[in-house]
Order: sequence, then C-alpha cells, then structure tokens
Amino acid sequence: MNDLYETQRAMRAMRNAAMQRGVIAVLDVGTTKIACLVLRFDPIDHIDTADVVGSLAGQSRFRVIGAATTRSRGMEFGESRALQETERAIRTAVQSAQKMAKVRVDHIILSFAGGKPRSYGLAGQIDIDGREVEEADVARVMSACDVPDVGDERDTLHAQPVNFALDHRSGLGDPRGQIGHNLACDMHLLTVDALAVRDLVHCVTRCDLDVAGIASSGYVAGLASLVEDEQELGAACVDMGGGSTSVSIFMKKHMIFADTVRLGGDHVTNDISKGLQVPLSVAERIKTFHGGVVATGMDDREMIEIGGDTGDWERDRRTASRAELIGIMRPRVEEILEEVRARLDAAGFEHLPSQQIVLTGGGSQIPGLDGLAPKILGQRVRIGRPLRVQGLPQAATGAPFSASVGLCLFAANPQDEWWDFEIPADRYPARSFRRAVKWFRDNW
Amino acid sequence: MPQMTRLRRRDPAPSRLVYRVERVLLTPFYRGLVTTGLPVLAVVMAFVLLLSDANRRDVIRNFVQDVRNEIEQRPEFMVRLMTIDGATEDVGAEIRSLIPVEFPVSSFDLDLDAMRVTVEKLDAVASATVRVRSGGVLGIEVSERVPAVVWRTGAGLALLDAKGHQVAPVDERSDRPDLPLILGDGAESNVPEALAVIAAARPIEARLRGLRRVGERRWDVMLDRDQRIMLPEIDPVTALEAVIAMNEAPQEILARDVVHVDMRRPDRPTLRLGPAAAADHRRTIAFEMGEN
Repeated sequence: MNDLYETQRAMRAMRNAAMQRGVIAVLDVGTTKIACLVLRFDPIDHIDTADVVGSLAGQSRFRVIGAATTRSRGMEFGESRALQETERAIRTAVQSAQKMAKVRVDHIILSFAGGKPRSYGLAGQIDIDGREVEEADVARVMSACDVPDVGDERDTLHAQPVNFALDHRSGLGDPRGQIGHNLACDMHLLTVDALAVRDLVHCVTRCDLDVAGIASSGYVAGLASLVEDEQELGAACVDMGGGSTSVSIFMKKHMIFADTVRLGGDHVTNDISKGLQVPLSVAERIKTFHGGVVATGMDDREMIEIGGDTGDWERDRRTASRAELIGIMRPRVEEILEEVRARLDAAGFEHLPSQQIVLTGGGSQIPGLDGLAPKILGQRVRIGRPLRVQGLPQAATGAPFSASVGLCLFAANPQDEWWDFEIPADRYPARSFRRAVKWFRDNW
Repeated sequence: MPQMTRLRRRDPAPSRLVYRVERVLLTPFYRGLVTTGLPVLAVVMAFVLLLSDANRRDVIRNFVQDVRNEIEQRPEFMVRLMTIDGATEDVGAEIRSLIPVEFPVSSFDLDLDAMRVTVEKLDAVASATVRVRSGGVLGIEVSERVPAVVWRTGAGLALLDAKGHQVAPVDERSDRPDLPLILGDGAESNVPEALAVIAAARPIEARLRGLRRVGERRWDVMLDRDQRIMLPEIDPVTALEAVIAMNEAPQEILARDVVHVDMRRPDRPTLRLGPAAAADHRRTIAFEMGEN
C-alpha cells in the first residue's frame, strides 16, 4: 500500500506545482463526451490558512479560461476500450481548450465513471494516553484502519477520513488539539479497477500531460450539484451519464458511499435504434429532440420523421409517434432508476436523516423525468444543475457538466485524504534512514 | 474500392505532431518569437536586402523626389505676389530689394522664418510677420520704428527711436525740426532718460537746443544763448524741474545773463554768470565793500 501512497503523494505534489504556475486543466472523461476546462488560479498568498474558506465557498480563487467538449471515442461504461481512439479524443478536447485559454497546460486532473468503483467503510482506533491529539496521531489512526481485501488489480481512488471519535465523542471533523485516551477514525475507501485507471493515465501521458489527480466522477458530480445543506444533512447524487450512472451518497460534507450502475443514456439510444430501426446517430438525435418518459394523449398525434437511410426519399419516409418513442425510452429509464434504487438500498440510504436525491448529468434532462423519478426513488427528488463558477461558458453550465464543474471545485479545494498526512514512522521499512529521521522528529 | 476510402471522413482529432506543435506555440517564448520576433526579423531583412543595392536606393530616392516636386508644383501651393503692409515706401522698396524672390514660386521653397529675420534686421523695422496668405500671396506685415530723437555724431546725423535703436540716417538737422537733438558719447544708449528730461523741459521748449551727454554719465540741457543746465547723474528730471521752478519764480534766472546753471549737486545749485554780469556783480560787491 505504500506504493499507492507514493503515487498519490506524487500527484499531490504535481497539483501544488500546477497551483504555483496558476494554470491547471480538468478533464472529465465520459462515455459520450470528454470535457476539458482550463482553470487559472489567482496567485496564492493565503494557501496556508486553508482552514478559512474564502468567499463564494472558495471558488472565487479560480476562473475558467478555456472550455472545450468533444465526442468521446473508444469509451464504454466510462472505461477506455480503444486507447488510441480515447487518446485522440482527449487530444482534441485539450487542444481546443488550450486554444481558447491561449495558454499551455501541463497538469491535468482526471475524473471518470468507470472501473467498477466499490466503496468500503474502514474503522481504526489508537490509544493516545490522555494527551493532545496531534497531526501525527491523525496519521497514525488512519494507518490503524484495517484495510479489507480489496482484491487484486484494484487501485484506491479516494481514502477520506469522514469521522473522528475521541472517547465516545463522535462526529468530530478535526480532532487536533483535543485531549482524550482513545482516538477512533472512520475512513471511506473507494477502489476502482487498476487497469481502467492505468489505461486512462496512459492516454493522458501520451498527450504530454502530467496527471495531478484522479477523482471518481460520481464524487465530483456530487460536489457540484448538491447544495451545502444537502451535503451536510445527507443526500445522494445520481449522475446519469452516457455509459454509466454514478451514485454517490454524501453526509456531513463527506462522501460515504459511491457506486455505479453500468447503464446510461447510450442504452436508451440503443433501444431507440433497435426499436425504430434507425441508425444510432438518428436515434440519438430523436432522443435529444423528442425524447420523454411521460406520454400524454397529445403525443399520439405528434409524429416524428425518423427518415430512412436507403436513399429512396420518395417511398422510404417513416414516421413514429412520440408516444411510441416514449414507450421505448421509459422502460429503460425506469430500469436505470430501479438499479439506482437497489444500490441506494444496499448502501442503507434509508437510514440517513435526510433522503434527498439529486439527479444530474446528461440523462437528467429527459423531459418528464421529474415525474417518473419520484415514483421509483421516493418523494424527495430534484433535478440538479452544477454550481456556477466564474468564467464558465454558458454552453457548459447545464446538467451534463456536473462532473466537470465538480472537478474544478475538487481541484481548488481537495478534501484531505489519507495520503495528505505523513506516514507514521512504523510504516516505513525497517532500517530506513527516513524512519530514523521521522522517529527523531516525532519524539523531540 | 479505393473510392470509398477516399470518401472516408477526416479524423477531427489533431495528429500528435500538430498537437505538439500547437503546445510549443502556446509557450510564451515561442509564441512571442513567432508572433513578433520572426515577422519583425523578416521585415527588417527585406528592407536591408532592398536597400543594399545602390542603384535601387537611387531609384527610390528619385521617385520620392519626383513625387515631392509634383506635389510642390501644384497651383494650389504657388505664390505669385508679395504684399508689404505697414511700411513706408522707402522701407517697402528696401524690403523688396532684400527679399529677391522670383515669382511664381512654390510655397514649400519659401523660408518664411529666414525672410522674417532678414526683414527685422532692417533698422527701420521693429517687427515683422511673414506668411503665405490664401490666393498665393506672400504677405509681409511690418511695424516700423518711430523716430523719437535726432542723434548727432561726428559722422553725421541719425534718427533714433524711443529705445535708442537707430531708425535711419538724416542729412540735415532741419529735415526733422520736430524731434529733439541729442549728442555726446553714450547719448544713444540713454535715449529713454533723454526723453524723460526733454518731457520735463517742456516749459522751456522754445529755448531748448538739445541734450548733450557729458562724460558718458550725465546730461547737459543746451539752451539758446549758449546757456546750459548741467544735470546730475542721478535723478536729472527732478533737478531740471527745480531749475524750471526757479525760472518761473520772479527772478527768472534763465532770462538773465547766466551761462551755466550747475545742478550737479542738486542741493546746491550754482550759477555761472556771463562776463558782463560777472563784471557788474563784482563791481557791485566792490562798491558795497568800498563804500561801507
């Protein structure tokens, strides 16, 4: 696990270097689109006073100076299936974002939905003998968490302390400086397929970019589309993407659970294509222009030209009623929402004090979804759009860009993760010189 | 089917090479080099190459000269006439002879400043403005010096203006009987003082012959009958006024046989009597002393 620690530390160092330069790019690699935003950060002079969040929840510190979206290629379920294709798509997005920003970016923060994320709740505790809790103790208690067997070929994407408890006082956000005997910690660990991460990082490095961080797209979509109260009181964010639907549950401003349903808008398009016997591109167009999930009598009379690609324009002109289209789309959307419901139930979402569910992502734009979703997910459902950030083009402010915007927030104010703390001395290999230095530093 | 492959849509993604080149161009140094450095260099090089050939330089120079001439010789810029305002005939003729311009001439070829300086060098001219007026007229406006005194030197007579600047020579004193006469070394450099004295001498104007500068420091007022009033260096006007006051008293000293009224010490006016009066005076004193 020390290996992972080192790579994540390296990415953090890269992020700090990017902050020094003031320019960083965020790249949301989705199944249908790849969005790249270039951020410019103000000169940092108060970075050490990180406890104080600045105005506008700390987002006033950066500004989007370049934005580009391109159709993604070679992606399935949020994972890369054809590396060259994905690399080309990333290149396209990065190049046009750079062009708009008129600045070269070298550091990039990635988010992606695939890799079958699995989340684990970890707990650990240590004795601290009635003295003040120091930062080293926090690191120690996090190291003391017993890591479950996550399986081979799995990488940790997030390992965030979500709760500290000091002698039966639970719910501490920051235990430092408090006095107690027994320090306990809950940690949320999110693992993904190592190969999926490796493929994406490979594509990005082939574009001469340095990876300054990786985030799960469900997590960052939640950051962008859940309002502060929802994050505090407990809410689930459902990011309905093209290839997969990410679910993330937030509580006390920490993500406590994340999962994906490997179903998305592409499956709806597929169904339309098969059901109406039209090419995929036509199906996609029909879906976005005429799609819906609640049929009314009016929809029987509204005929949609679905065209024929045979070239025989005189005879091969087919039409379908909108009710037909809705009849194709609705079962698939229902299936997706039911899967989401099942994941939430498995996570114990019903035990949360507030059970707000926020739908976001491109799929949430289906007309009538706000009528369908409450029937499956419960009454407290709303369609969420991402937070507004400075300089974001109008075209990129909609629900499909939740993950991109969230990634901006993640880049500006990353949550403390396990690797942001020093490794406690006993985790270093024995006989290491650094271990000796560390031992001295901790004891004097 | 080769035709089909040619119809395949172009990949919208930039190739690796294009992508890298674009990134290089986005770095500030190369960006500055390409957008500023190279164009400037190219333009400079083009000029250097163009001008390195002497023939080509001549061609360019001749072309510029031709264009310049063509514009200068346009009728709108030609000057055909010279007018002189505010000058007497003599001065006007002199100015005309000083400025030998062959009309018509282009206004670009006229050096108006030099002309003005030439005109102002004339003694009779206080100031002049020279300009090309609309309609192709070279207008010279002159303000002449006004002669204030006649100045007599060993060489002859000249007119001076109120500031002592020479205006014109005169042949005889009787040419300008209206102006007072000054003479003596250094008289010309103290004309304002002389004019003040002459103004103060208005009550005895009829008898005034002139002012003489004595020893380059003070004035003598010369009256007819060879009378003179010797004025002090400092404040001569007050001294003269004192003499005139004495003259207006019943004694009328200037009407008597007095050769000099010496005011060189203003607090102690001294009279020098004429020979007859002096003898008479002496006789009176001898008589008074002898008889008593």
